[in-house]
Amino acid sequence: MLDHATNTQTADTTEQPQAAPLIMACGLTKSYDRRNMVLDGIDLRIWAGERVALIGSNGCGKSTLLKSLIGLHPISGGTLECFGNPVGAQSSRAQRLQMRRQTGFVFQKHCLVRRRTVLSNVIHGLYGDRGSWRAFSHSLAPEEWRARGLQALDEVDLADKAMRRADALSGGQQQRVAIARALVRRPQLLIADEPAASLDPVSGRNVMNLFSQLCRAHGITLLYTSHDMDHAIDYADRVIALKCGKVLFDRPAEKVTPADLKVTFDG
Amino acid sequence: MAERTIHMPKRFTGVSPLNFVLLVALGGVILTSMGKVAPSPQQLADGVPDMTRLVGRMLPPNTDPDFLARIARRILETFQIALVGALIGIVLSLPIAWFAARSVSPLGRGNLLAKAFVSFLRTVPDLVWALLFVASIGLGAVAGTMTIVVDTIGFCGRFFAEAMEDAEKEPQEALSAIGAGRGSILVGAILPDIMPSLVNSSLFALEKAVRSSVVLGLVGAGGIGQELKVAFDLFQYRNASMIILTIFVIVFLMEVCTDKLRARIQ
Ligand SMILES: Nc1ncnc2c1ncn2[C@@H]1O[C@H](COP(=O)(O)OP(=O)(O)O)[C@@H](O)[C@H]1O
Ligand SMILES: [Mg+2]
Repeated sequence: MLDHATNTQTADTTEQPQAAPLIMACGLTKSYDRRNMVLDGIDLRIWAGERVALIGSNGCGKSTLLKSLIGLHPISGGTLECFGNPVGAQSSRAQRLQMRRQTGFVFQKHCLVRRRTVLSNVIHGLYGDRGSWRAFSHSLAPEEWRARGLQALDEVDLADKAMRRADALSGGQQQRVAIARALVRRPQLLIADEPAASLDPVSGRNVMNLFSQLCRAHGITLLYTSHDMDHAIDYADRVIALKCGKVLFDRPAEKVTPADLKVTFDG
Repeated sequence: MAERTIHMPKRFTGVSPLNFVLLVALGGVILTSMGKVAPSPQQLADGVPDMTRLVGRMLPPNTDPDFLARIARRILETFQIALVGALIGIVLSLPIAWFAARSVSPLGRGNLLAKAFVSFLRTVPDLVWALLFVASIGLGAVAGTMTIVVDTIGFCGRFFAEAMEDAEKEPQEALSAIGAGRGSILVGAILPDIMPSLVNSSLFALEKAVRSSVVLGLVGAGGIGQELKVAFDLFQYRNASMIILTIFVIVFLMEVCTDKLRARIQ
């Protein structure tokens, strides 16, 4: 009852830019085992330049939704369009790769290749580009790629650690390397799955600051999940709440009230 | 709220009748087998004098310079067979293991085919492979090298594939999300992650190759084993003892070297 009231209300108040949305999902469903619906009819639009936070309690399907959006998991039903191309169970491999190449992805943790240098890890972000078999090590990559990698590292303030092994860095630093890797290709869209969840509060805030600042500077659309209410409200223009595989509410960040959050995270 | 029940795990309650029957049957099988194939005290007692006589005829080992030079050439050939065979085998094992590894393989479920192929290479013993290659390629070192190649693929193919299956999943998923293809994920994320275990398995493969290349000559596939067979066939026991000593020394040296290398890599 509450969901319906809020949903219709936000649909009216959100002003919609002219251009087609970057991501458009209609009635999106996803189930891993054909019985339990993890995502149960998600309607969602994300426009270029927005910063959107996706919130919800643990296990409500946030990661599943993000991975479905870029075709890491096939969707079970509904329609999904990314960058104007339909994504579905039937989308071709080439299409999915094409889409991923316009997207940067940052995971919660452990997403760097531990035994490689920081710079090599950042250059991995160019995988999928022409001639990228050389991207596995910075020492073999083209000079231009090395320069881009180092510059991306400089943006996250880690250029001096370029030759360290990735696992020699602290958790917060590793996450900043992951951001550099996601941004080295200047994607249109940056997706981050709980980027701050494994960090201490101060590093977490630094990482979130870096995200919102870099995305604004480069005009990159940001979609991130969080189970931290402050992160969701402070760094996003819009907040979408998930509950039981459905969208609970979708409204501008400044209009999210403590009561909304309580409903989102309570049993 | 429903009533909560806590279950205590069962403690040992004695052997069930079924398990008891199985244990008795197992004991029976072992005892009858021992009666059939284990040496009886009588046989042991009879064998001891023959054994000492044989050892007596083996001593002292032959140290004739001409003979030693021939042995040295054979040893070199043995090493060449082991080294070249193991190297080719290790290189070939990498792509084969990639095809065989679950959830990494470009073949998808077809990985089982590659797995079965590797198992087949492994289950046929190396001496049987040597016989096959001697029969098809002819006597000599090439047949030995082929045998080592096949043997190494059987060994490394399995361990490389297992290492690839156990490689950290998160970095692979991250590269996949970037748009990297399967080959890029292999080179960029999987191989760096499993490098220590690859090197370790390869060193074991090399050790194993030296050990088996020593006996390949028994069936005519080149190397020092050929000299050993000749020595026994012609009852030249002092030559045989020298050869056995050399084999011991090279296998031992090999193990010391690979242990040292392994320790440096850890
Ligand atoms: N690969 C998977 N296979 C099967 N079930 C999964 C898989 N990934 C997630 N799930 C299930 O989907 C539900 C949502 O998980 P997830 O999307 O990770 O939630 P969140 O990120 O919001 O914590 C959970 O119940 C989880 O058990
Ligand atoms: Mg999650």
